[in-house]
Amino acid sequence: MDPRGSVVDRRLEGVRRIIAVGGGKGGIGKSLLASTLALTLAEEGRRAGLLDLDLTGPSDHVVLGIDACPPREDFGVEPRLVHGIRFMSIVAFVGSRPTPLRGVDVSNALLELLAITRWGTLDVLVVDMPPGLGDAMLDAVRRIPRAEHLVVATGSRVVLETVRKHLQLLRRIEAPVVGLVENMSRGGSAAVRALADELEVPLLGVLPFDAELEEATGDVARLSRTSVVGAVRDLARGLHGRIRRVRGSAGSAASGS
Amino acid sequence: MHELALAEAVVAAALEVAEREGLSAIREISVRVGELQRIEREVFEFALREVLPASEPRVADARFRVATEPTRLRCHACSHAFRLSDTSSPLDPDAAESIHFIPELAHSFLCCPVCRSPDFEVIEGRGVSIERIEGS
Repeated sequence: MDPRGSVVDRRLEGVRRIIAVGGGKGGIGKSLLASTLALTLAEEGRRAGLLDLDLTGPSDHVVLGIDACPPREDFGVEPRLVHGIRFMSIVAFVGSRPTPLRGVDVSNALLELLAITRWGTLDVLVVDMPPGLGDAMLDAVRRIPRAEHLVVATGSRVVLETVRKHLQLLRRIEAPVVGLVENMSRGGSAAVRALADELEVPLLGVLPFDAELEEATGDVARLSRTSVVGAVRDLARGLHGRIRRVRGSAGSAASGS
Repeated sequence: MHELALAEAVVAAALEVAEREGLSAIREISVRVGELQRIEREVFEFALREVLPASEPRVADARFRVATEPTRLRCHACSHAFRLSDTSSPLDPDAAESIHFIPELAHSFLCCPVCRSPDFEVIEGRGVSIERIEGS
């Protein structure tokens, strides 16, 4: 019997909200959004965490310019505080070496990471979801059932084909979806809007295509000044607005009953 | 100590079993520790006793049996079956520590001794598992 699943909830019990940034397709900006969302939340004084669950192609450390983040060993492992964010990634253990993992290995490594990482008290943990609908994504959804999914799309038909499936799967397994975000936008895609309307998912933000982004990648101060991260900041505020409203209505319903 | 986190998982899982099977007292928990994860038996026994919750009478008198399971590996590329000791020269301390935390990182540091592929299967002896729980 594998005992590790029995402590995952306990490791996350001090985390108020978990936002899982996914979208199925690689290269659509999941890591950029996840990393900068955590960054902007931390800038606003929230206790934010970032968990990169792409175990074979991690990149949050590249976005945020983190060279080394060895975890502190203390009744499990405590994620390092980097740029005000509690950060955990497979690179904390393996550095820049390749991680050639089959599905069963991904499942095992993901569970091990969730079982030993002590997040402590956080307002928000942002989870950078693995690409695809394979073992990695299915395990991430199964092991963190209270994650609220924030789905990234671009206006590309190639991307939307996969994003639609990602959203359909989340709906089928009744995972909470907080909304859709359009990335690399050149003015707002009618196709993304149509998908949001069709699947009745709120379109929470439109992140502009930004030619300066590549240059700013890895430099947090510069990243913070880009138009993309400006839009992520608005998105983060909108997320909080949504939380307050949801809580407010739930609270008044409870007091009225 | 990272072993405490895994020990806590063992006790939590044992209590789930006790709940499910209607056990009022757990007498013995047998645990296997895979050679690959390099957890010392004595360290893990200590960790298990350390995490026993005082407020939980069902495990108050539990004994632990911890056995180390040798690691068996098989290469996906050339089908060669091998053991941990067959892999190349001793691991450097950083590699050993990485595998200690996440045993799958063996694929980043070890390879098949015949064809050098990192695409091998860990058949046995990976990490911590519960073999048996006795109680009434």
